[in-house]
Amino acid sequence: MVSFKDLPEEELFLAGSTACQGCPSSLALRMAFKALGKDTILLVVASCTSVLQGSYPLSAINLPLMNVAFATGGASASGVSAAVKALVKRGELAEEPNVLVWAGDGGTYDIGIQSLSGAAERETDFIYVCYNNEMYSNTGTQRSGATPLGAWTTTTPGGKAQHRKDIAQIMIAHRIPYVATVSLAYPLDFYQKMLKAKEIRGTKYIEMLAPCPPGWKFPSAQMIAVSRMAVQSGMWLLYEHEDGETRFTAATKRILEGKVKKRPVKDYLEIQGRFRQILSSPEGQQAEDMLEKEVSESIRRLQGWVPEYI
Amino acid sequence: MSREKEEVGYMTSMSRPVKGCAGDTGEWRVFRPVKNDDKCNRCLLCWVYCPEACLTKEALEIDYQYCKGCGICAVECPTGAIEMVKEEKR
Amino acid sequence: MRVLESGNHLIALAANVAGVEVVPAYPITPQTQVIEMIADLIAEGKMDAEYIPVESEHSACAALVSASLTGVRAFSATSAHGLAYMHEMLHYAAGIRVPVVMVNVNRALGPGWNIWCDHQDSISQRDTGWLQVYVASHQEAVDTVIQAYRITEDHRVLMPLMLNMDAFVLSHTYMDADVPGREEVEAYLPPYRPLWKLDPRLPMTHGSVVYPVDFSETRQSMQIGQDNARQVVYEAADEFMRAFGRRHGDMVDGYKLEDAEHLIVAMGSLAAESRVAVDEMRAAGRAVGLLRVRFFRPFPIDELRSLCSGRSGLMVIDRDFSYGMEGALFSEVKAALYGHADVPSTNLIVGLGGRDVTYEQIREAADRAFRGEADEVTWGDSHITKAHEITREMLAEFDKLLSP
Repeated sequence: MVSFKDLPEEELFLAGSTACQGCPSSLALRMAFKALGKDTILLVVASCTSVLQGSYPLSAINLPLMNVAFATGGASASGVSAAVKALVKRGELAEEPNVLVWAGDGGTYDIGIQSLSGAAERETDFIYVCYNNEMYSNTGTQRSGATPLGAWTTTTPGGKAQHRKDIAQIMIAHRIPYVATVSLAYPLDFYQKMLKAKEIRGTKYIEMLAPCPPGWKFPSAQMIAVSRMAVQSGMWLLYEHEDGETRFTAATKRILEGKVKKRPVKDYLEIQGRFRQILSSPEGQQAEDMLEKEVSESIRRLQGWVPEYI
Repeated sequence: MSREKEEVGYMTSMSRPVKGCAGDTGEWRVFRPVKNDDKCNRCLLCWVYCPEACLTKEALEIDYQYCKGCGICAVECPTGAIEMVKEEKR
Repeated sequence: MRVLESGNHLIALAANVAGVEVVPAYPITPQTQVIEMIADLIAEGKMDAEYIPVESEHSACAALVSASLTGVRAFSATSAHGLAYMHEMLHYAAGIRVPVVMVNVNRALGPGWNIWCDHQDSISQRDTGWLQVYVASHQEAVDTVIQAYRITEDHRVLMPLMLNMDAFVLSHTYMDADVPGREEVEAYLPPYRPLWKLDPRLPMTHGSVVYPVDFSETRQSMQIGQDNARQVVYEAADEFMRAFGRRHGDMVDGYKLEDAEHLIVAMGSLAAESRVAVDEMRAAGRAVGLLRVRFFRPFPIDELRSLCSGRSGLMVIDRDFSYGMEGALFSEVKAALYGHADVPSTNLIVGLGGRDVTYEQIREAADRAFRGEADEVTWGDSHITKAHEITREMLAEFDKLLSP
């Protein structure tokens, strides 16, 4: 069992970045880098992370990094992965470095889904991390395909009328060797999943809920607390999918085993500002019920992956 | 190729990793985390949860040059060893 | 080795001997045979490269860029809508300064859907920063692929290169051509040596946000790469001549220029057709020559100024159109000559969407132009066909339906 003491001390995400206070992406980058180490090539898809790393000629990220165009996370990884294979063949590299793509939900759910799907189908050997803040935060918090029902964004002023899509399930449908969801509130679960992804050959998809303090309208100090409540309420489910089997992990596992009681979705909606309008409206109760239903449906769908079903 | 041309010939958008690429981000702070070592049980949660890599793992020292004062460490500390104190006007 | 092959297959063979290491590509008519042959060569163990079967051209160009920035020689091929779909990434390749080479098999852009030759696709990518060369023969296509890496990878240039080859006229016709061996080519074209790259030994961030205070210089530096290419193009051609005894590779290609009073200016295979027109006009006692523009970017400004000044007239043929203006090559030629050589010029628009252009048509148009009887811009082969009459009938039906 890994403990905090086992996490490497070296920081490849360097302090004094341009990230907002309490930014989930910067913390997630720190954790991912601890798991993957220095022998990693990082591709950052256009997102907040293109900006929070600083600007020319300085950078907060101590890894070889290429900022790539919005729709190109998967394809750029395929290019790097093919090139490092050629360099190993040529004898210029002893072994292939990790190839890590870092993208937001806009670059994953929406504009980047084709490129990601292509790379997964090609079995490109890389780790794709989607830090999902459920909106286009970098451009000032517009709606994305990951925005949940009822959430305010600048382009859903009355709250989003549609459900979010479940892209991790779409990735599982690609038959890739590893899909996992993570949360910053469960750092060892996150770290271990990254370590596992590092050892597996092929496409690995890891998605993290990234509560964005300014976008979701809560104080930066509450970032971990909001992450935790997302898991405790079932609005963010922690699991990993490997060899045709889904295993729930961390707090989600404890809830489903009946060891901890699931918190109502309402508790999660109330600790952030983006659901305020819908909660105070006559449709609030309906939205809440629909979200509770979405959670139980998601759980049932994930439970459908157990071996006896197959 | 003139000298001026040589000078801008390879201007690309390449950047060097450094600490403090955004300057002394400690100046952004409104509240300052102050740690009470007597209460600290060295659980490392503050080090783990710091989004800005502003604590040392061994001594759990806070790097005030860059700490933005987000307050996560104070909220997450299980023993209440970190208190957020309002910064004096600079 | 001499082979009898299609233009597309010759491109694939040339990419192989050029030591290409990564090939991300997406099929599109009329480029498909290029990538099919590369896939075959790799499968048969005759080519040591990684083929990336991307799911779109946008991704093809993205992988081309990221592979090159990782430090390998990368190649791709596309056409028409594929090139248009890459547009964002074409800017990206030039902006991040990767010396990649891509063949564009020139094809019309739809709708109406049309897989045949014209230059609208590459002309529309004029300002992306790519070097653009237009070839006129099979052998020139082979030699230009090999020279292309010498030019782009030259540390004075470091800009991507688009090799344009006319659809079907060159891509699908079979011709005898010499493809040099890998060892001979390696002596001419050593392995790629990047000046900077994605490398864990020296972790740098590439493609950062650049604020206004630092931005302009990054763009001027791209122009310096383009400007330097003018010199490097000739050096690559000279050394190719020494190594292989053939010369294809100047900024322009002249035919019977010396005493010519009038010049036809054209690009690609239409220039080859124009040679016959020149011969006929010469036989009729008219002093006409041909100036084939090979490099459209960088544009052969000095060559045009020196070769056009003192002539009595130019007829510029465009197989493309810049809507709201005129043929793109026509504009460029006039811009290059402005204030340096005052030569009356007219523009002939022909061959769009693969319409066949004969040397007789070119000769007749040139006769008219050089007698001073042509309009400034002439749509040389435009006429109402039987199909267009049906369009008029359908429009009349809509008129009935939609009139108030």
